[in-house]
Amino acid sequence: MEKQQAAIYLNSVTYRAGEKEILHEITGTFAKGKITSVIGPSGAGKTTLFRLCNGLLSPDSGRIQIDGRDILSLDPISLRRQVGIVLQQATMLEGSVRDNLALPLQLAGEDLSEEEAARIVQEVGLDTDILDRDSKSLSGGQKQKVSIARTLLNRPQILLLDEITSSLDRVSKQDIEKLILQINREYGTTVIWITHNLEQAKAVADQVWVMMTGEVVEAGTADLLDHPEKEAVKQFVKEEEA
Amino acid sequence: MSFLALLLTLIFVLIPLILSKTLRLGLEKDTLIATVRSIIQLFAVGYVLQFIFESENMLYIFLMVTLMIGAATQNARKKGASIKGITWKLVLTFVVIEVLTQGILLGLQITPPTAQYIIPLSGMVIGNSMVLGILFLNRFTSEVASRREETELILSLGGTPKQAIQKSLLASIKASTIPTIESQKTIGLVQLPGMMSGQIIAGADPLKAVMFQLLILFLLLTTAIVTSIMLGFLSYPTKFTERMQMIE
Repeated sequence: MEKQQAAIYLNSVTYRAGEKEILHEITGTFAKGKITSVIGPSGAGKTTLFRLCNGLLSPDSGRIQIDGRDILSLDPISLRRQVGIVLQQATMLEGSVRDNLALPLQLAGEDLSEEEAARIVQEVGLDTDILDRDSKSLSGGQKQKVSIARTLLNRPQILLLDEITSSLDRVSKQDIEKLILQINREYGTTVIWITHNLEQAKAVADQVWVMMTGEVVEAGTADLLDHPEKEAVKQFVKEEEA
Repeated sequence: MSFLALLLTLIFVLIPLILSKTLRLGLEKDTLIATVRSIIQLFAVGYVLQFIFESENMLYIFLMVTLMIGAATQNARKKGASIKGITWKLVLTFVVIEVLTQGILLGLQITPPTAQYIIPLSGMVIGNSMVLGILFLNRFTSEVASRREETELILSLGGTPKQAIQKSLLASIKASTIPTIESQKTIGLVQLPGMMSGQIIAGADPLKAVMFQLLILFLLLTTAIVTSIMLGFLSYPTKFTERMQMIE
């Protein structure tokens, strides 16, 4: 993959939390306009990688480029609007769904119009009735959809989804999968998502990254999971499918 | 009060000592230390104040207030150990409070510019500011920890550190200020304030004592709110890096 086609390009990125090395010299590319699944066991550093790309953390060494520009040359606020992240816990602020959706606009000093609120909830597959519901009363699947809608309101070019389907039932998982494909196709948004589910990783991705103990052990097209080269990946796939 | 009468007040120290010994509460050592310290400290302050009152030298008043600010900072900084540069933030807060309150009191000639007024009022203002500061720092540390996910969410959506921490900041300011406001609602109903009681015992007209007590109460309202707000706005940036990331 050529560097200029990269939505995100990482070059020897290392991140430590205290003495512990969480990511070790990660080098690779997330292709522009594509969907990439990032898989790997817990503790592989997947979430840390996302937080580095959204600017919530900074690497100890190495460089990250977003759309060809060094992350450190970007203003943190515009970086975070450009690289949206949906965190695993789908944190809801106190108040209604509408209040939560209005948040990214309020942070930029704008208001959320009624039409925009209705459009975005419908886009993520929710009814407009949900707008007035207390955000804390939503189901796990609804919270994740509202979280995605909230991040989408910033119109990010790159969307990072951190294990957003891990605690959802089968129907909600399928809804989210459809939504990811829809966001990618309609807006050309680059989507990178972490999942534990290999079937999901293959079905909803153009590319796959397999991470283990802070390193990318294999990366390529989605069918690499059917024929992994590295022994560690073969073992991981076998365990996950068991 | 005669010296004999003062000696007799030691009975009020003997009672807890005997009870502690009998019930094996283990409070004897601390009670004795507290008693000896209070006697030495208060007499020392008494002599110092007597000297300053008689000299009426502004330099001594300044030194006394500086000493109060130093002691209050030393006491409160332990609670804000996790906040970078907490010492100078506390010093700045206490100095601003002192200048603001004394500026109004002296500037509008509410109280005369004498040591007899400046020192006790400064003591009350700085002392209360210190307690408020400790309350605020305790609450702020726990609010930031409990709202971490929310703060990071706002940052991740492109919020500034100030927007991200606003709820923690406002909740801490409110929580540390409420006790001052609440205690004023019941004042005089449950107990007479210490300064007013002291004045009445010393033979002052109760209505004059009330007027002075009201002055103190209103002074402490300003102290409470200004302390919390100043410490809050000075402290929150230390929770973030230059790249607007939360510090672990």
